[in-house]
Amino acid sequence: MGYRHGLGGETYHFSDLKSLLAIASSVRSGDQLAGLAAQSDAQRMAARYALADVPLRSFIQTVLVPYEEDEVTRLIVDTHDHKAFAPIAHMTVGEFRDWLLSHEADTAALARIAPGITPEMAAAVSKLMRNQDLISVARKIRVITSFRNTIGLPGCLSSRLQPNHPTDDLKGIAASTLDGLLYGMGDAVIGINPATDSVANGLALLDMLDQARQLYDIPTQTCVLTHVTNTLEIMNRGGAVDLVFQSVAGTQKANEGFGVNLAILQEAYDAALALGRGTVGQNVMYFETGQGAALSAGAHHGIDQQTVEARAYAVARAFDPLLVNTVVGFIGPEYLYDGKQVIRAGLEDHFCAKLMGVPMGCDACYTNHAEVDQDDMDNLMTLLGVAGITFLIGVPGADDIMLNYQSLSFHDILTLRNMLGARPAPEFAAWLERMGLYDSLSNHMRPLELGQTQLARLVGAA
Amino acid sequence: MTEYGKPQKTQPGAAADAWQPLRSLTRARIGLGRSGNAQRTMDVLAFQAAHAQARDAVHAPLNVQAMEQQLRGAPCLHVQSRATDRATYLRRPDLGRRLSENSLHMLRKEAWDVVFVAADGLSSIATQTNAIPVFQAIQPLLQGWRIAPLVIATQSRVALGDEIAQAMGASMVVMMIGERPGLSVADSLGIYLTYAPYVGCPDSSRNCLSNIHAHGMTIPAGASKLAWLMQEARRLGLTGVGLKDAAPDQLAGSNTLSLHDKDTDA
Repeated sequence: MGYRHGLGGETYHFSDLKSLLAIASSVRSGDQLAGLAAQSDAQRMAARYALADVPLRSFIQTVLVPYEEDEVTRLIVDTHDHKAFAPIAHMTVGEFRDWLLSHEADTAALARIAPGITPEMAAAVSKLMRNQDLISVARKIRVITSFRNTIGLPGCLSSRLQPNHPTDDLKGIAASTLDGLLYGMGDAVIGINPATDSVANGLALLDMLDQARQLYDIPTQTCVLTHVTNTLEIMNRGGAVDLVFQSVAGTQKANEGFGVNLAILQEAYDAALALGRGTVGQNVMYFETGQGAALSAGAHHGIDQQTVEARAYAVARAFDPLLVNTVVGFIGPEYLYDGKQVIRAGLEDHFCAKLMGVPMGCDACYTNHAEVDQDDMDNLMTLLGVAGITFLIGVPGADDIMLNYQSLSFHDILTLRNMLGARPAPEFAAWLERMGLYDSLSNHMRPLELGQTQLARLVGAA
Repeated sequence: MTEYGKPQKTQPGAAADAWQPLRSLTRARIGLGRSGNAQRTMDVLAFQAAHAQARDAVHAPLNVQAMEQQLRGAPCLHVQSRATDRATYLRRPDLGRRLSENSLHMLRKEAWDVVFVAADGLSSIATQTNAIPVFQAIQPLLQGWRIAPLVIATQSRVALGDEIAQAMGASMVVMMIGERPGLSVADSLGIYLTYAPYVGCPDSSRNCLSNIHAHGMTIPAGASKLAWLMQEARRLGLTGVGLKDAAPDQLAGSNTLSLHDKDTDA
């Protein structure tokens, strides 16, 4: 079925829903690379007019990747909650945008409809939203998860402490972890990207992190971001696995590119649940996503990169994750060319995930071959902070010496917390205060010298 | 690289010294100190200077002549991808994965066990510094192998090696390519091994050794891991996940299986 809209005396035709969504998307280099992007600004606007008139029901009737071919499509279709969808079932995409922005769509109403929102609906409405719309609607949504602390409460901004090291040196990682803890980082997770992706190495890193956590009784969770099959083997060998990590994408074929499918994720989810290591709650999964992943695997099926990204949130949602984050600027300028594109993508990813009920955080980041700098990151983190982002990733001095890219510094996240009056997760904040690191009255981290904190033993113990 | 990449102190305070022993454990920017919540002026400038240098490293061209001289008379070839300049290269990875017409016609098919490719990738400095030393270090470990002349490739992505190997009739390809420069390391080399490569073959069929530079994996260590992987690849008739699964943990290398591997190029 085709779509059409007239603008400025010209009638624009769109062959199907997939191409309508692609052409309605704001400019990004990945869609241009894929040959899916609008040919002109006027064509893009005609597509947005046409998209505004599309009934939400169309996204249930029309699948973008055939049901028989793709297990992500089957997941989306088979788990769609018709009851939750009912209150918005009569709306068009344009009407849905207006409703999302209305005062009637409050936190409770948005929570009720979340299971009824498919990724394609979320992506579609986001294409009609300005940046401020993406922020103001996301801000109304609460997604609360827990493991050893509670993530996503109002007034909280959590952080992942990312202490990577190019040779996985345990003491080097401990030194970066210590630095981050002194800034109040790590309530979402203390998570290492290993330089060597192996079972033995994962075991050694997890053991070090777990001992450090127990030494100071830190109410948080640790994670080595190794492949899910490695984590399964680590669990078999009795390793200290709090969270199962995996990169996921929005089509079966793209997930095959990551070496995963829904069955293996389910197996790992069940195994981690069975360990029962959570004390406050049992959300045991941690996923990363990012626009461009499907295209770079040649597995986007002609879908624009933002819509296929939203399908990855359906994969995440199926496993009740503690944490999900988009690594928004990591993948490079061929997908998100400059600061403007990265910022827009970060806001879209956060909005779409939250609308679907997924606890979205962000690695606000960039590579040195993109037209992005730290000023763009300042903008992005501030916008996401106002939008109520679940957590941000912090790296010493914003410089990841293993993955060779820039994220946010511990300073940046501390600055944002103070600007917004946001606090760490309550259990973690209480621990910081017990350790003498944090003053809850002023919401300030105390600038302590190393000799003034017992945490300094952490490095010697590693 | 220069000392720009290192954190600096604004004032000779006590806090600076207490972190000094820990800085020997990692090149991460730890113990920076702060003014309120913010980084101090000298740290902000040091970061921006390192970023400026890394961006320059992305855009510097590979000095092919200097590499030929490093080879001391050993035969080599120079090929180019279909990306005609750096700006095109950055936006169009598809063009960086295919040989230009001229380059394709230049390559002659023979029966080689392996072809090594030294490619600029995203850091010509990494290739300039590390590729030939790796190529030379591995020669004694590959007794009896029919090794093709080294191919130097510019405006190249990882997958360009597939077409090179096909055109030259090589059973496997070793792609030595400059990794995206970071702030502290702008000369990190990545090595991708692919058995029976062909145009369009998936990334999951490769094995990767990354972070080869002065502060990461050393050249001798990289060469011996690579030689092990090559011998196993020949024995098993494959590379990728199957080879990784068969490898002892310390030798496995990694596969391009996470979002964080996507950058290097594939």
